[in-house]
Amino acid sequence: MSYYKPKFHHPNLPKNELGYTVTDYDGAVSTLCAGCGHDSISAAVRNACFLSAIPPHRIAKLSGIGCSSKMPTYFLGRSHGFNSVHGRMPSVATGASVANRDLIYLGVSGDGDTASIGMGQFVHLIRRNVNMSYIVANNGCYGLTKGQISATSDLGSVGKYGGENPFEGIDLASLAVLQGASFVARSFSGDKEQLEPLIRAAMAHKGFAFIDVVSPCVTFANNVGSTKSYAATRENLESMPVDFVPMREEIRTQYKEGSSQSVTLHDGSIIQLHKASSEYRADSREDALMALQAANRTGKVLTGLLYLDPNAQDLNHTLELADKPLNSLSTDELCPGSRVLNSINEGLR
Amino acid sequence: MKQIKGVNDFVVKFANVNGTGSASANHMFAKAIFRMGIPVSPRNIFPSNIQGLPTWYEVRVSSKGYLGRRGGVDLMLCVNPQTMEDDVASVEPGGYFVYDSTRPLAPHLKRDDIHYFGIPLTAMCMREFEVARLQQLLKNVVYVGALAALLDIEFKILKDLLNDQFKGKEKLVSPNVHALEMGYHFAQENFACPLPIRLERGVNDAPHIRESQHILMNGNTAAALGAIYGGATVAAWYPITPSTSVVDAFSKYAERMRIDAGTGKRNFAIIQAEDELAAMGIVVGASWNGARAFTATSGPGLSLMSEFLGLAYFAELPVVLIDVQRSGPSTGMPTRSQQSDILAAAYASHGDTKHVLLFPATPQECFEMTVQAFDLAEQLQTPVIMMSDLDLGMNDVMSPPLEWDDSYEMNRGKVLDADALDAAETWGRYLDVDGDGICYRTLPGTHPDKGAFFTRGSSKNEMAVYSEKGEDYVKNVDRLLRKFETAKSYVPVPKVHDPIPVKKPKTKKKLGALFFGTSASPSYEAVEILASEGYPIDVMRIRAFPFHKDLDAFVHHHDIVFVIEQNRDGQMRQLIMNECHIAPDKLTSVLNYSGTPITARTIARQIRQALNVASADIVKLHPEIA
Repeated sequence: MSYYKPKFHHPNLPKNELGYTVTDYDGAVSTLCAGCGHDSISAAVRNACFLSAIPPHRIAKLSGIGCSSKMPTYFLGRSHGFNSVHGRMPSVATGASVANRDLIYLGVSGDGDTASIGMGQFVHLIRRNVNMSYIVANNGCYGLTKGQISATSDLGSVGKYGGENPFEGIDLASLAVLQGASFVARSFSGDKEQLEPLIRAAMAHKGFAFIDVVSPCVTFANNVGSTKSYAATRENLESMPVDFVPMREEIRTQYKEGSSQSVTLHDGSIIQLHKASSEYRADSREDALMALQAANRTGKVLTGLLYLDPNAQDLNHTLELADKPLNSLSTDELCPGSRVLNSINEGLR
Repeated sequence: MKQIKGVNDFVVKFANVNGTGSASANHMFAKAIFRMGIPVSPRNIFPSNIQGLPTWYEVRVSSKGYLGRRGGVDLMLCVNPQTMEDDVASVEPGGYFVYDSTRPLAPHLKRDDIHYFGIPLTAMCMREFEVARLQQLLKNVVYVGALAALLDIEFKILKDLLNDQFKGKEKLVSPNVHALEMGYHFAQENFACPLPIRLERGVNDAPHIRESQHILMNGNTAAALGAIYGGATVAAWYPITPSTSVVDAFSKYAERMRIDAGTGKRNFAIIQAEDELAAMGIVVGASWNGARAFTATSGPGLSLMSEFLGLAYFAELPVVLIDVQRSGPSTGMPTRSQQSDILAAAYASHGDTKHVLLFPATPQECFEMTVQAFDLAEQLQTPVIMMSDLDLGMNDVMSPPLEWDDSYEMNRGKVLDADALDAAETWGRYLDVDGDGICYRTLPGTHPDKGAFFTRGSSKNEMAVYSEKGEDYVKNVDRLLRKFETAKSYVPVPKVHDPIPVKKPKTKKKLGALFFGTSASPSYEAVEILASEGYPIDVMRIRAFPFHKDLDAFVHHHDIVFVIEQNRDGQMRQLIMNECHIAPDKLTSVLNYSGTPITARTIARQIRQALNVASADIVKLHPEIA
């Protein structure tokens, strides 16, 4: 790992439309192991926010506990962050998002944080369709406590110390599709070309956007027999490439006829995706589940945008929240005053 | 045979089966007495069940304005065969037993020292009403009518209450009025009405109640109104008795008072969480983001919220929790009252934690302290827990009216906006600039390049940078202690009353009593009883933790201090010993933890035992028994 990050940068670094360079989206130096997949995710988040020209201070980063949940320190140093409680980030994010509907919320979690201790909160976060992006850095093991098998570890996968996993793994992407998530994607930390546009699309999506990112643990799960090692993931990768086209920009990438689909997101941007087959439709939960099942059965890692409903109603809508953020309301706007209280008193006599 | 006598001074208890509609009839009985201007305190004693199990409703009438439980029953109205044996046994000698005489009373239920009044409630209703549901519901109204005759309730008030209750459903008024009249006439024709215990408008020896325009409301509704007036915008909760009605009431008032006039949209969010862990997480997240947020729960929920309370303490986030206590441990007796979460709340979570607690004793205080809880939480940037209980939260309590000062502004504490950040030379989230242990916060989204920081439970230095250095950790937690010291001057001060003059005290020892919350009313009464017996006791009502310095002085000033509370282990006593460094033998516990609220008689009896009071000195409770 590095312990020093130079502050200077090339004077001609490109700027986004807000005038920020990509270094304005940097965080602190990572303390994760050298080669950790999570650092690639951090870089993808940084780049995605730069490319989408999001003002850094309008993003709130939230995480739980674990290697994954350390990540938000390593990107977006100008954003507020909250390293909360193990498995409970979903509830903290829910509260934060209803308190100020104007910010962009990015949750970062891991397979232990989401699929074990936080499973209940994760499912309910989906159920409520909280307006946020939620990235799981999924390596199939517990890193900070040194290599125990996690709940997303595949049946038969071999851990460095844990032996062969005797339990069926939990597939978070399938679960999210099944539970009604409005945006479900899977990617690989080593596939920057796909991960960055997915993160940009997730942040543009209105509602809950879930990205399950296979992110190999170089220390405890990169061994032979581990199904989430770099080698195994690369070998079994079945990638459906994705392009994110912000509003007002021209679509440049061309996929083969019949194999691509474009979906317009709430803010006018477009996500263009390459599909596994011409029949597959990203607006069908059944198709997504079948494709995931088929891939899981054959040991493939199917990545790309699996399901998207750009018109789903988020929690703010369901709660009929006023347009002005709740945290900005004044005493005058909130407090009914003595006249009303006197009439309440009268009704209690 | 003896007869208990008295005007506006007796206890009536109703023994019912739950789910039979008795609650609204019993409430009408209590409310009628309230409207006659007579101090009254009704209490629901109910099972954790929806239909078919025993439930009681105890109504105390006290011209002196005692609102706590006295103990004992002067008139029992029993329509529940399941409990009749116990109910008969619980009546004071010389008291009265009213029952449904459709079936004859079993011979073993006959006592020769109490008076029986049989009313064929079932038979009357079967005869008069055709609809089965009405036959059952109106039995309750018939007995209220009979009690109106037996106790001299003003009949017009009962009719007014029925009109209020069935506003919009006028068809239901006439069968209800008919049922009332049936009961009234039956009693008039068959019994010598009124009884020697009776009501009389204007006989009220409680100037504090007589002179203020009292209201009758429960503490949970008052707390909900406090959340509305205190500017709460986010409520997250998980249903749990006896706190559920806090959020129910908040929802009801918010739908009326918090709708944006222009758009019809809501200036509030209520989220029913999947469990108490999530409920507290939502509150933590919303508070972190600068909204006033709260949750309401009871003991089991408090246990589940402990981890988050520790995070909020260490991350210095304002959090408001309303704990409506019930019997514990575990799921305990969910519908029975206790004050048994004191230690769990004061030191909730692992590591070194201490939390600010508020102890309301009346609905008025539930209202005021909830508002205050939001201000304190934001000023002190820490969780504030309001310790109510089932007795206060779910029962209608006579209370001075709620008052509001229209000049109130929410005190948001030390929060820096964009201008303040620009003006500041240096800023560190955990820098104690003012020396009071309270640092300056920033909210997400405030400034493009200043004020962002990472909130974490793990260790950090004053600049909010991750640090595992021992000295950084120690500096931080020591500052949190300094902040807790500051809190002492922010929280509500204890209430001290002038001692009751005792002409010839029977003890030379200086006696004091400490109590809080729902133990207060019966404690004041017990102290008056003991003063009349020659034992003067000074009192202090605790209203907050951390404790005020006056509490230390009070304890040191007295030879024996009784700590009156409703739990097994004397938790408040332990907290005082621990926090004020007081020797255990200085504090004597006076306890009740049966699940039903403590009575004045219980308190007086335990204090007498502790003082070895001779039985000849005990003042008879019913001097009027003839």
